[in-house]
Amino acid sequence: MAAPRSFLWTRRIFLTLLTGFVLLPVYVMVSSSLKPLADVSGEFHWIPSGLTLRPYVDIWDTVPLADYFLNSLAVASAATVCSVAVAVFAAYAISRYDFRGRRVFAVTVLSTQMFPGILFLLPLFLIYVNIGNATGIALFGSREGLILTYLTFSLPFAIWMLTGYFDSIPRELDEAAKVDGCGPVGALFRVIVPAALPGIVAVAVYAFMTAWGEVLFASVMTNDTTRTLAVGLQGYATQNDVYWNQVMAASLVVSVPVVAGFLLLQRYLVAGLTAGAVK
Amino acid sequence: MTQTAVPRRSERAVREAVPGGAPAPRRSGRRRIALPYLLLFPALVLELLVHLVPMLMGIGMSFKELTQFFIRDWSAAPWAGLDNYTVSVDFDAPVGRALLTSFVTTCLFTLASVALCWLLGTAAAVFLQENFRGRGILRTLFLVPYALPVYAAVITWAFMFQRDNGLINHVLHDQLGLGDTPLFWLIGDNSFWALLTVSVWKGWPFAFLTVMAGLQNVPRDMYEAAALDGAGVWKQIRHITLPSLRQVNQVLVLVLFLWTFNDFNTPFVLFGKAAPEAADLISLHIYQSSFQTWNFGTGSAMSVLLLLFLLLVTGGYLLLTTRGRKASDG
Repeated sequence: MAAPRSFLWTRRIFLTLLTGFVLLPVYVMVSSSLKPLADVSGEFHWIPSGLTLRPYVDIWDTVPLADYFLNSLAVASAATVCSVAVAVFAAYAISRYDFRGRRVFAVTVLSTQMFPGILFLLPLFLIYVNIGNATGIALFGSREGLILTYLTFSLPFAIWMLTGYFDSIPRELDEAAKVDGCGPVGALFRVIVPAALPGIVAVAVYAFMTAWGEVLFASVMTNDTTRTLAVGLQGYATQNDVYWNQVMAASLVVSVPVVAGFLLLQRYLVAGLTAGAVK
Repeated sequence: MTQTAVPRRSERAVREAVPGGAPAPRRSGRRRIALPYLLLFPALVLELLVHLVPMLMGIGMSFKELTQFFIRDWSAAPWAGLDNYTVSVDFDAPVGRALLTSFVTTCLFTLASVALCWLLGTAAAVFLQENFRGRGILRTLFLVPYALPVYAAVITWAFMFQRDNGLINHVLHDQLGLGDTPLFWLIGDNSFWALLTVSVWKGWPFAFLTVMAGLQNVPRDMYEAAALDGAGVWKQIRHITLPSLRQVNQVLVLVLFLWTFNDFNTPFVLFGKAAPEAADLISLHIYQSSFQTWNFGTGSAMSVLLLLFLLLVTGGYLLLTTRGRKASDG
C-alpha cells in the first residue's frame, strides 16, 4: 500500500533532523581530534584549519592513557565474564524450576535496578575501607573491588533478560536432552546455552558497556594505579588549558572498541531485548 | 509483558493437572529441589554483598552522626536519631533548601527528558517500521549515542557547550546572530537546557530500541485489515500501532524515569563535581554534599528519602497501570 505524501515528507524531514542531531557530536569529536591546539582553543570552525594526527600521538603521553585503557579492559572483561556466568545459572533456575522464593528472588533482583547508585556508594565505600582495615585485603582502590561492584550492576538486567530468553526455548529440548542421559546441568550447557547464544551475547555486550562507561564508582573507588578511562579522560584538562583536540582524540580511541563491538553485535542485542524485555 | 509468559504458565498447569503426564521435574527427589537454590547461590551472594547489605547499612548510617572522624570505624559513630532526616527536610535552613531545590529541578528535568526520549524514540521506530532505502543504515546510526561510553559522549557535548570555543555558541551567536554576547551554557540558568539536550541525545535510542522490539509483536494482518477498511497510514499508526505499544510503553516509561531520575554520570561529566543550581540533579547533589562535608550520615538520610520517593512513585505507577490493564481486559 502506497503511503501518502504527507507521511513520506514528515518521515523524510524527521529522520534528517534526527540524524543531524545524532551525528553532530560525532562530527565534532572526529574533526576536533584532527585539529591543532590553536584551532580548538579559538573560535569553533566547521572545517579544520589544518589537519594533524599529532593529538593521536600526544594523548598517550599527556596522561597514562594506555594504563587506564588496560585497567578499563581488565575490569570490564572480568565483570562481564563473571556476571554472564552467574546470570546464566540464576536465569536457568528461574526459568526451569518452580521453587519456593522464585518470585521473591526475581522481583528483588529486578527492583535493585531502580535504586539510585548513590545509595550503595557511601556504604560500599565504607565496607571496602573497613574490610581493608580489618583484613588487609585492599578492596578499596583495587581492580578487584571495582570488578565486584560492576559485576552486580549488570547482574539484575542480565538475569531478567536471560530468564525471558530461556523461557522462549521450548522445554521439549530439555526433555530430549534428559532422555539422552543429560543431567539438568548437562542440559543447560548442551542445549540451553547454545540455543540462547544470541541472548547471552546481548547480555555480555550490555555488561561490558555498563562497566566500560561507569563513572560514579570509578571516580570514588580507584587510585592512581587502578584509574579507569572514565576518570582518566579528565586528566587532559590542566590548570591553564584544556587540550580539547587530545580530549576528542582520546574519546574517539576509547569509544571505537565498544561502538564497533556494539554495532557488530547489535542485532543480537535487539533480538535479546525482544525475547527478554518486551514480553 | 506477559504475552509469551501466559502460555507457559498454562502449559505448566496442564502438565500438573494431568496425572501420569510428563513428570514435573522439580518434584522428583531432594537433589532436584536443592538444584535451583544451588544455581541461584552465586547470584544471591553477590546481590546480598553489593546491594542488600549496603542498602541496609545505608539505612543504618542515616541514623548515625557519621562524620569524617568515624569513617575508619563507622559502627563507633554516635546515634543521631532522626537528626539527619530533620536536617534534610528543614526547608528553611540551607541544607534542606538546597535539597528541595535539587529535588524540584530533578523532577522537572526527568519529566522533560523522559517525554522527549519517548517521543523521539517512538517516532523514529514508527518511521523505520516500513522498509525503505537507507533504513538499515539509519537504524545502526541511531544506536551510536547508546553505544558511546557516557564520559566520551558527554565530554564532547561539554566541548560543544564551551562559551568561547564551542560549536553551540558558534552557530547561535556567530552564524545566526542571536544574542548580543555569547551565552554561558555550563554555568547559570542555561545549564538546565544543556543538560536536557545531552540527556535526550543519550537516552532516546533506548526508547527507540524498545519500541522497535515492541513493534515486532504487532500482527501484520491487523494493518492489512485496516487498509482494506480504508484506513490510511496516519490512521493506522493512531489506531493500531500506538495502542499495541501500550504495555511496552508502560515498562519503557518506568525504566526511563528511574534511569533519568537517578542519573549521575551525565551531570558529573558535563559540569564536574558541582553542578550549577539550575541543573543540580539529586544524585550528584547527594554525592557532592556527602563528599564535600564528609557527612555521610546526612548523605545517607537523603539517599533513603530519595529511595522512599522512588518506591512510592513506582508502586503508585504499577498499581495504576496494572489496574488500567485489568479494566481494559475485563
